[in-house]
Amino acid sequence: MAKTLFEKIWEDHVVYQEEGGPALLYVDRHYIHEVTSPQAFEGLRLAKRRVRRPDLTFATMDHNVPTTSRLLPVSDQLAALQMAALERNCAEFGITLFDLSSPYNGIVHVIGPELGLTLPGLTIVCGDSHTSTHGAFGSIAFGVGTSEVEHVLATQCIWVEKPKIMEVVIEGTLQRGVTAKDLALYIIKKIGTSGGTGYAIEYRGGTVEGLNMDERMTLCNLSIEAGARCGLIAPDEKTINYLKGRKYAPKNSAFEEAAEYWRTLKTDQGAVFDKSVKIDASPIAPQVTWGTTPAMVTDVTGVVPHPDEFEDPIERKAVERALQYMGLEPGTPITEIKIDRVFIGSCTNARLSDLEAAAKIVKGRKVAPGVRAMVVPGSQTVKREAEERGLAKIFKEAGFEWRESGCSMCLGMNQDILAPGERCASTSNRNFEGRQGAGGRTHLVSPIMAAAAAIAGRFVDVREWSFE
Amino acid sequence: MHPFKTFTGLVVPLDRDNVDTDQIVPKQFLKLIERKGFGNYLFFNWRFDERGEPRQDFILNQPKYKKASILVSRANFGCGSSREHAVWALLDYGIKAVIAESFADIFYNNAYKNGLLLITLKPHEVDEIIKKATESTLYLTINLEEQKVWEQNGVEYRFEIQKFIKERLLEGLDDIAITLKHESKIIEYETRMKAMRPWAIPTKPAKKAAQSG
Repeated sequence: MAKTLFEKIWEDHVVYQEEGGPALLYVDRHYIHEVTSPQAFEGLRLAKRRVRRPDLTFATMDHNVPTTSRLLPVSDQLAALQMAALERNCAEFGITLFDLSSPYNGIVHVIGPELGLTLPGLTIVCGDSHTSTHGAFGSIAFGVGTSEVEHVLATQCIWVEKPKIMEVVIEGTLQRGVTAKDLALYIIKKIGTSGGTGYAIEYRGGTVEGLNMDERMTLCNLSIEAGARCGLIAPDEKTINYLKGRKYAPKNSAFEEAAEYWRTLKTDQGAVFDKSVKIDASPIAPQVTWGTTPAMVTDVTGVVPHPDEFEDPIERKAVERALQYMGLEPGTPITEIKIDRVFIGSCTNARLSDLEAAAKIVKGRKVAPGVRAMVVPGSQTVKREAEERGLAKIFKEAGFEWRESGCSMCLGMNQDILAPGERCASTSNRNFEGRQGAGGRTHLVSPIMAAAAAIAGRFVDVREWSFE
Repeated sequence: MHPFKTFTGLVVPLDRDNVDTDQIVPKQFLKLIERKGFGNYLFFNWRFDERGEPRQDFILNQPKYKKASILVSRANFGCGSSREHAVWALLDYGIKAVIAESFADIFYNNAYKNGLLLITLKPHEVDEIIKKATESTLYLTINLEEQKVWEQNGVEYRFEIQKFIKERLLEGLDDIAITLKHESKIIEYETRMKAMRPWAIPTKPAKKAAQSG
């Protein structure tokens, strides 16, 4: 019988299943971080349980780490305690930890692929909703809560109800200046913040095949903002080339053997999806969110909508509330919205190619007066490579702050937060109320749109700008 | 986790879609390393102003709803971040069940693992409950065994729930203990996997592997 990519990987990982019940699924990689793991380790300790497979478990510190110099002690006492707890837990249970002193430290969803830990055909979980990122390699990857972290630590398995499967077929060429981020936001607007709930999304079609691995990660990363716990893309030669030679990836003949298997990981002709969405990529403009969910988004050439445009009374009320929170008047052109801050970072958009693209916009220009802009690389590896390629210099000369890696202002658990009322062009993934700081106003955009906004002091249509 | 028992509780309506976990418990409270005490931080930015004073216009602060133990909201409740702290905060505050049109997947799992019952009802039923809870004082009785919710006057709502989740909630079972009963199957799978996909086990031993003990 013809099978989808998801079904192939799923069936390969079912350890046990009762008729009509959820499957006990084996987990090939368990990534953990300082914020959602302490209570899980505490649970293990209380029940006198061990970590079943420390060799399949990898830890990093990312959520609340400072992005200022690593030579200084962590000034936030609670954050320091949480990091110390992770260090203690990893030492006690024999888990590899990429701590602040490690050259491989970084955001969990950036370092997993970078180190070759994330591979096609695997099941991957992490106590973070953006774990969907790893699906870009053709794996089943999804976020879990702390109880599930504890369960995976103890058993290396997880109980999961098999989701329905949706294909999102994307054809057509993205315009110059339009990125995977714009594509993802456009899709979220189309299917809604809960359109993917209960589904795993397989992204397919010529446009997806044309994306590089960083772009595919951006696309899969944002699946959760449409409600889908899991997004995935079939591996191809780009995937295989990306992984070759990575630190933890299989080596030599083992790699060749694996690659041979990875090439079989695709949806069969005639396989049936539970739902199908078709997207034409060619008319998509750069996207800018104007509200407090990622689906509240429009073209950069558009205007802030009027609540009356929404028929559903609950949605209308939500739009009214969002506009009030965002301090925006209906009918305002997006390009007339002035910004105070720019954040280029996060597991969505802080990989090397994101920074390269943004640097092309910034090169030879200056951050607008009154705007504070920062770049937070996704990992220390990205940071090093960006410095070697001269990107850091370009950003710094333009007036950007160049920081150490971490989740930073995407969720504002460290000192990198917006002040109440501050308006930010952000390459992150959530524009929820208070996400980047209580009272802060977030507009989600692509890295090049954020870079251009930093220079202009307001949103601009980056397609009109000259860059290589 | 405690078994879920039939109870009657006061309903507080939170009349909006997309209540995300960043609102349920804001990030500044995720630095704690215990499961206790999160009730104080529930809906923190909506409940308290910049000076930490209760906002009188927020529904949970209205005297009428002080003792509420059932929260009713709209679509996609619990979306966003996977933080289980959101569930701990609701429970610690005294919420025993949430009724909504729909829930986000990760939040749904987190809830039942902690004994918080999530009830999905149809939009017009949620509408009715929100209206009644707003205009007057509404008490609901929830019986998980029978999958029913009813008002004092007899108006009744039925809900669906997966058998697997229902059993775990009713019995307050420890998931890990259940799974470990299948340990022989896990071992069997691991043996098979090692032969089938040897490359799936990371090749490079960690340079600075932490020592056990």
